[in-house]
Amino acid sequence: MPVLLKMLRFIIRRLIVTIPTILVVITLTWGLIRLAPGNFYSGEKKLPPAIEQNIREKYGLDKAWYEQYGRTMWGIVRHFDFGTSLKYEGQSVNWIIARSLPVSAAVGLLAYLLSLVVGITAGSIAALKQNSRWDYASMAVAMLGISVPNFVLGPILVLVFSLTLYWLPPSRWGGFPSRNLILPVLTLSAVYMAYIARLTRAGMLEVLRSDYIRTARSKGLTETNVVIRHALRGGLMPVVSYTGPALAFLLTGTVVVERIFALPGLGNYFIQASLNRDEPLIIGIVAFIAIALLLMNLLVDIAYAFLDPRVRY
Amino acid sequence: MNDDGPVDHPETEPKGPALTPLGTLPTRPVSPQDPDIIHVPPEAAIAEADVRSAERGEGIKGTSLWEDAWRRLLRNKLAVFGLVVVAIVTVAALIGPPMIQQATGYSPDYIPTNNVKLIKSFPPFTGPNGSFSWTHPMGTDNAGRDMLARVLQGGRISLFVGIISTLVSLLIGVSYGAISGYLGGRLDNVMMRFVDILYSLPYVIVVIVLLSMFRRQTPEGQLILLFIALGSVSWLTLARIVRGQVLSLKNQEFVLAARATGVSTPRIIFRHIVPNTLGPVIVYATLTIPQIMLTEAFLSFLGFGVQAPKSSWGSLAADGIQNIAIFPWQLIFPGVTMALTLFSLNFLGDGLRDALDPQMRKV
Repeated sequence: MPVLLKMLRFIIRRLIVTIPTILVVITLTWGLIRLAPGNFYSGEKKLPPAIEQNIREKYGLDKAWYEQYGRTMWGIVRHFDFGTSLKYEGQSVNWIIARSLPVSAAVGLLAYLLSLVVGITAGSIAALKQNSRWDYASMAVAMLGISVPNFVLGPILVLVFSLTLYWLPPSRWGGFPSRNLILPVLTLSAVYMAYIARLTRAGMLEVLRSDYIRTARSKGLTETNVVIRHALRGGLMPVVSYTGPALAFLLTGTVVVERIFALPGLGNYFIQASLNRDEPLIIGIVAFIAIALLLMNLLVDIAYAFLDPRVRY
Repeated sequence: MNDDGPVDHPETEPKGPALTPLGTLPTRPVSPQDPDIIHVPPEAAIAEADVRSAERGEGIKGTSLWEDAWRRLLRNKLAVFGLVVVAIVTVAALIGPPMIQQATGYSPDYIPTNNVKLIKSFPPFTGPNGSFSWTHPMGTDNAGRDMLARVLQGGRISLFVGIISTLVSLLIGVSYGAISGYLGGRLDNVMMRFVDILYSLPYVIVVIVLLSMFRRQTPEGQLILLFIALGSVSWLTLARIVRGQVLSLKNQEFVLAARATGVSTPRIIFRHIVPNTLGPVIVYATLTIPQIMLTEAFLSFLGFGVQAPKSSWGSLAADGIQNIAIFPWQLIFPGVTMALTLFSLNFLGDGLRDALDPQMRKV
């Protein structure tokens, strides 16, 4: 199985690059926080110097910078431990992430699934009926989806469906399968639906003109068969390669959506941590997001190889 | 956009205007949407055009790339729509606020402190006693400030941030890509690997950390920080595009000629090669402006971007969302204006791409 072996080598090589990248991200974040003027304790409420001194000793903030850096990195590398939040006293960063991740993941994954289904359907129809009314309509809607910022779309949806029609709850987390999820997921997925529809259309248009589709047609396959078994597989390659960047955007998108709908997710904690200068929490969340992104990109590359027999390592 | 391979771009050579079968004149306007014209190799097109103009007894006269592109752009209705809207919004943002101040006495930051009854949020086209009035076509915000003036003033900042940050990213991306592509070899490898690594970083997250940590005391300082932050994260794709272009250009005769006459390497890169990559770069830059404006709005919405008393569409929307249930116009007007502008910029960018480079028609 030399192909599998090659693939394994590729995965290992990528992982070898990934780990230093994550450490670089952590170092960069740490450096940014430290280089900036001020710190967690330079807030509006001034602490008495003696108390601040005690707290600094407790968290090891009185040591030299390289010692602190070493301690932080060692904790992360050795135990995957990002320490304790400064703001939320006594709560470990790992625990905060474990608690808030399911919220973000639920909204993000549902939004991605929804945008895949709607985007691929709309994009394929647009490509199959190129230059028809369907094509123009779906592409205009897609352009609208790309252009309307989610922080405008979200409140407008709330205004219509919650405050005027009283159909759906306007905000708050209500557990996993709940009506509270509908508006956040719709808000978040609009942009991706639009992107995926455009990518699908472009990919399908290219594939539909290719020789192997002509061959499939000339063999007398039904149109459904040609489209589903042959065209979609090739036409969806751009969509597959978009999955990686999409996850990155999805993460930033959830930041806004969690803000609008007051969801206790990762993004909301990240914004709070940034505003509070809660160093361990910032580093923890940034590292977590970087890891998630890099792993996702790796998965996309592997999926790409499986789908497209022309890709070789 | 994942192929870095050399792309063939015909823009250095004059191109014939129409691509109908040999010897026939175009019977219908050839639209850039026409699937047939995309796959005609440019050399064939040039040859055809030459043959045809020669048959007509004219000297060979190619239209320049820019004339050609401009004509194709004007044929694209959506792109023209985009161009018109962008022009209107830009002009309104520039001359609107002073004109409103002339007409109604409301500057974007004017709070009617001399009349307490006016310090509240009026709906669009409504006067102080609930009657119809032209004074505030978009209503007022909580402090009684004119929304129209504020939206136009916010547009100034949003467009300004979009354009300046795009210029910053152009500067970095074009230089980086051109140097990497031209010098090639191991350096190219290292430089592109670096871009790959940066690609996989959650850059908006890093920008938020940067902006929140280095938060400036003055709005101007924060604005400059914003330019640097947005520009320095959006050059990656540009660097790849330019590198691909340079790879296909650097072995052409004009570069060889420049080198043979002893032109220095930096001069070859920036005076001979970079100007030839302009087409794709312009297209990508046009599409970068809305992206950056969206990111700026997103950051301002979260409170990390433009700081009060300055306002952009993003920060206006953030203010408006507080009162969405009672005063929806405070969100809707800045939001819709922004969406319309981005919509138009995207159409314009797409149209420019089709016009300047029909072969690159993708997504």
